[in-house]
Amino acid sequence: MTQQFYVSPEQLMKDRADFARKGIARGRSVVVMSCAEGIALIAENPSPSLHKIGEIYDKIAFAAVGKYNEFESLRQAGVRYADVRGYSYDREDVTARGLASVYAQSLGAVFTAEQKPFEVELAVAEVGLTQQQDHLYRLTFDGSIADENGFVVMGGLADQITDAVRSAWEPELSLAGAMRLALRSLATDKEAEALAATAVETAVLYRSSESHLGSRRAFRRLLPEDMNRLLTEEA
Amino acid sequence: MQDPSTGPLAAQATSSFTEHLQRSRPELLPFSQSLPAGTVPASPHATTIVALTYAGGVLMAGDRRATMGNVIASRHIEKVFPADEFSVLGIAGTAGLAIDITRLFQVELEHYEKIEGTLLSLVGKANRLGAMIRGNLPMAMQGMAVVPLFAGFDNVSGIGRLFSYDVTGGRYEEQEHHSVGSGSVFARGALKKLWKPNLSEDDAVAVAVEALYDAADDDSATGGPDPVRQLWPVIYTVNRAGNRRVPDRELAAISGAIVESRAVAGREA
Repeated sequence: MTQQFYVSPEQLMKDRADFARKGIARGRSVVVMSCAEGIALIAENPSPSLHKIGEIYDKIAFAAVGKYNEFESLRQAGVRYADVRGYSYDREDVTARGLASVYAQSLGAVFTAEQKPFEVELAVAEVGLTQQQDHLYRLTFDGSIADENGFVVMGGLADQITDAVRSAWEPELSLAGAMRLALRSLATDKEAEALAATAVETAVLYRSSESHLGSRRAFRRLLPEDMNRLLTEEA
Repeated sequence: MQDPSTGPLAAQATSSFTEHLQRSRPELLPFSQSLPAGTVPASPHATTIVALTYAGGVLMAGDRRATMGNVIASRHIEKVFPADEFSVLGIAGTAGLAIDITRLFQVELEHYEKIEGTLLSLVGKANRLGAMIRGNLPMAMQGMAVVPLFAGFDNVSGIGRLFSYDVTGGRYEEQEHHSVGSGSVFARGALKKLWKPNLSEDDAVAVAVEALYDAADDDSATGGPDPVRQLWPVIYTVNRAGNRRVPDRELAAISGAIVESRAVAGREA
């Protein structure tokens, strides 16, 4: 009969965390940033169809880095959670805080109980009527949850990009300014000064979607041509 | 929330909100209960809906009355709803169930759009609504039927299209115009005379208001324009730009003009 080697819980958790961190560090980065017009979500992503950014509910969006299949199943689970909640209670009762805490529980349960942890990092963003009412939550592979102020950076070069964003971010930034800052920051390890609009996937949660878009749903994807128009109009 | 890591993913992978509810929260579906034998007490019924196509789109209009036997249950009820950006639906029949089915249908379309990242085709939407009405068949057999009318703009062919349903969920595409509910016979008669090919949007709105006026004239369960309470029909138009609710002040002017022209004519309807 073979006997299993004893592995201390500390070692086990550390191994799992290292494994997840390595997986995430391989991926390209995502920036989520609050600005005057709403919340801008920018992901370095050359694919126009495999999204890292998604709509969850009226005022709530999702962004992720890591393994596509894992964060895509989390995104779909989030849409189901939000739609069931909004259908059984009311649309107003769906909040980013509730969603983020459910994500934290799922990620935490998988981290401790499953064969392998999720190699993902998530951001849940909710746009409010004013910038003070915006909510940005960052969720890591072990189920930790952090309430971030102003912006969230995730992915392989998170530390460098965070420094770049922090040096220039301010609450009064316009949408075009936020996009320009994100494109510049995401290019910190590259030759170019800023990423091209075709190399990123972008979306916006508009603060005043009811008057601006005529819809409760604040989430809009920006196509590369929308991005180019936005970047040139106030340059 | 379902734990995405457990169970075969394929079994969970559905883009349909209704299917998801059937599996995980069947008690939330409006038509999941099995009712005991007996008769259902009187409940509010929604009445007349008219829909017609015009140049570049389609519109749907509903009166504001719900009845419960001989009593007016509501003067304010709204029975025409946007289903998503490019489609609208109107409901006749048991109001409580119909409003919940509408809500379910709205979530169903939005859920598909969010999960799949693309809109359902217009016929796909019409088929989903048919499946829901079929799901309600046991309730319909207890006397709680819901009969919707569905209209939308087909982005592929670039025209507005209309779909009617029977209680078994049968879906039928209608041409030109259609009407459901207790006053539908009278509304349909009016539409046959008033509707013309290639109506402008403004003319189409006026035709819909007049058809509802005629329905209210002869059907006690259909409410006419109410200048005392400032209540006008609910009308949504759908065209290439999406759906739009016709504002009350336009409807007040149109309703006023119809009443005036009939009064001037001085005829018995």
